[in-house]
Amino acid sequence: MASITIRGVKKNYAKTQVVHGVDLDFASGEFVVILGPSGCGKSTLLRMIAGLEEISDGTIAIDGMVVNKLEPRERGCAMVFQNYALYPHMSVAQNIGYSLKVAGVPAAERTQRIQAVARVLELEHLLDRKPMALSGGQRQRVAMGRAMIREPKVFLFDEPLSNLDAKLRVQMRSEIRKLHRRLNATSVFVTHDQVEAMTLADRLVVMNGGRVEQVGTPAEVYSRPASRFVATFVGAPAMNMLEGEVTLDGISLLGGSRKLNVSRTGLAVGAKVAVGIRPESVRMVAPGTPGALAATVDLIEELGAGRVIYVDLDGAPFSVVTSETVHPEPGSTIGLQFAEADLHFFSSETGGRLDVFKVSVPEPALQG
Amino acid sequence: MVERTPILNFFTHLILFAGFIFCVAPFVIVAIAASHNLKDVNDVPMSLLPGSDFWVNIQTAWTTADLGPKLLNSFIMAFGVAAGKVIISALTAFSIVYFRYPGRMLIFWLIFITLMLPLEVRIVPTYAVVANVLEPYQAILDLTGLSWLIEKVSGVQVQLSLGLLNSYSGLILPLVATATGTFLYRQFFLTVPDELTEAARMDGAGALRFFADILLPLSRNNMAALGTIMFLWAWNQYLWPLLITTDQSHAMAVTELKQLIPNVGGAPEWHIAMAGTLIVMLPPLIVVVLMQRWFVRGLIATEK
Repeated sequence: MASITIRGVKKNYAKTQVVHGVDLDFASGEFVVILGPSGCGKSTLLRMIAGLEEISDGTIAIDGMVVNKLEPRERGCAMVFQNYALYPHMSVAQNIGYSLKVAGVPAAERTQRIQAVARVLELEHLLDRKPMALSGGQRQRVAMGRAMIREPKVFLFDEPLSNLDAKLRVQMRSEIRKLHRRLNATSVFVTHDQVEAMTLADRLVVMNGGRVEQVGTPAEVYSRPASRFVATFVGAPAMNMLEGEVTLDGISLLGGSRKLNVSRTGLAVGAKVAVGIRPESVRMVAPGTPGALAATVDLIEELGAGRVIYVDLDGAPFSVVTSETVHPEPGSTIGLQFAEADLHFFSSETGGRLDVFKVSVPEPALQG
Repeated sequence: MVERTPILNFFTHLILFAGFIFCVAPFVIVAIAASHNLKDVNDVPMSLLPGSDFWVNIQTAWTTADLGPKLLNSFIMAFGVAAGKVIISALTAFSIVYFRYPGRMLIFWLIFITLMLPLEVRIVPTYAVVANVLEPYQAILDLTGLSWLIEKVSGVQVQLSLGLLNSYSGLILPLVATATGTFLYRQFFLTVPDELTEAARMDGAGALRFFADILLPLSRNNMAALGTIMFLWAWNQYLWPLLITTDQSHAMAVTELKQLIPNVGGAPEWHIAMAGTLIVMLPPLIVVVLMQRWFVRGLIATEK
């Protein structure tokens, strides 16, 4: 078990900077998920922790010891790769035991430890097979076994589930979680899949464009996104964003004559803001209900347990998730209602969260 | 896609068969000639029905040219060259693909350019070096005045000399460097996924460990293909062995075939010469037959 301290870490490739100064602290035994779109620098950051990429600036310390100049093998990290990276000419047992062989562990002890790992991962009957003869999920487990056997201080996962089919991914997700509970090693897991991130993480780090946007528990990140980027990236379907301008008695929405009636303090009249509302927080009501916002139905996606209704709100796309059995026809008009407490405000210029609003007026918050 | 085109099939096979005859006919004629006696082989036209003296001719050829030790020499030389090439080119390609150092691409292109310089072009300087491997060093010492200095100080005259003429090392070493092999390995190493390299690093394997444990086993097919080609190539070398082996105990089978070819004024014993040719042809044939499975796999992409 080990803590990881990242201070002012930057990464340059030739002239372009891809990671612009990251500060993070991972506690010992924590399961941290780094989430971000592709190209946000999350994998680069992970590889810098592993020692596979040089650190251009700043320091990374594991258990208080700066590891910038250490070889990967000296850092006590183990890594699970996206494409598993199993040695194709070695059997499962040899793959799992290779690091021990390199370290000069005697054959008898090696076999014993391989057996122990194989038992945990239910790979015992596959030990003699070559990776080529394994299914995707089995290969994934071998890759995890290879990481586990070294009893590393830190586990690093580089999008390990993205090559699996949807069902297997869910299964492996819970296995990774169980494994972590069992081994209790500090784990850093990189993914672009927000469901994976939400379900696995003790703590979530959301990255964008080489910068950390927010660090927090999945619940915090979901309920209080620190920026417009986080708000739209975390949660599916994405949070609805309505552009508007602060007026004396609320926020007037761009592209229409509608107005959000919110009580707010401390925000300059005339400031441009984006108002976010999660699709799950919107209620569908009969058109013409007092205080409801009228919108035209575009498309309905059936999810089984519920459905996503995509509507058009003065030209802006807007989505509603509902579990009610109402079935509006595409093209028909419906009413939308939501509570002021569920609204998020972001600065249109910086994208940062604006927390100056105090909820005092009960619903309905909206007037059509 | 399966097409049913009987007429096209017929012509395709016809062409294939013609090509086959074209390739095989000379060998058949050699084998038939080797089975005739002195009179029949000199008939014009020579009878294309096999004669009855095949084994006698083989034995005569074997003893006349003393092929036993010559074949052994050839085998040692060809095997040494093939093994040397496989090892050297694997190491060179490993260095070029996996390490970043200044001048890396320059070195690669220098190696690549030597593809255009066959042995025959550089045979005189190569001979000079093999005659005295230390010659270049002697030249450096002489030019810088160091040998003069050493002689003044210690009274010892510096005379570096290490000749490799008439030795296996002399036969093998100058032929060991290979641009083709380096290039073949380079292309293969480039197809090995980076993640494998990184996984090995995470597992704590250093560069040489990675080379020995991961890269070499993965390039088995490559080694077999390169080894086979180079064995054949070295077996068929003529000019180089001819130049540097003056002593019969290091003569090669291919160069010694010359002894069986009738001299002007001698008896036209072509049947013996043909029998000798058949014997010398046999070892490379066996190597190809044994290696062809890996050989083909090594030349057509990677197994995935």
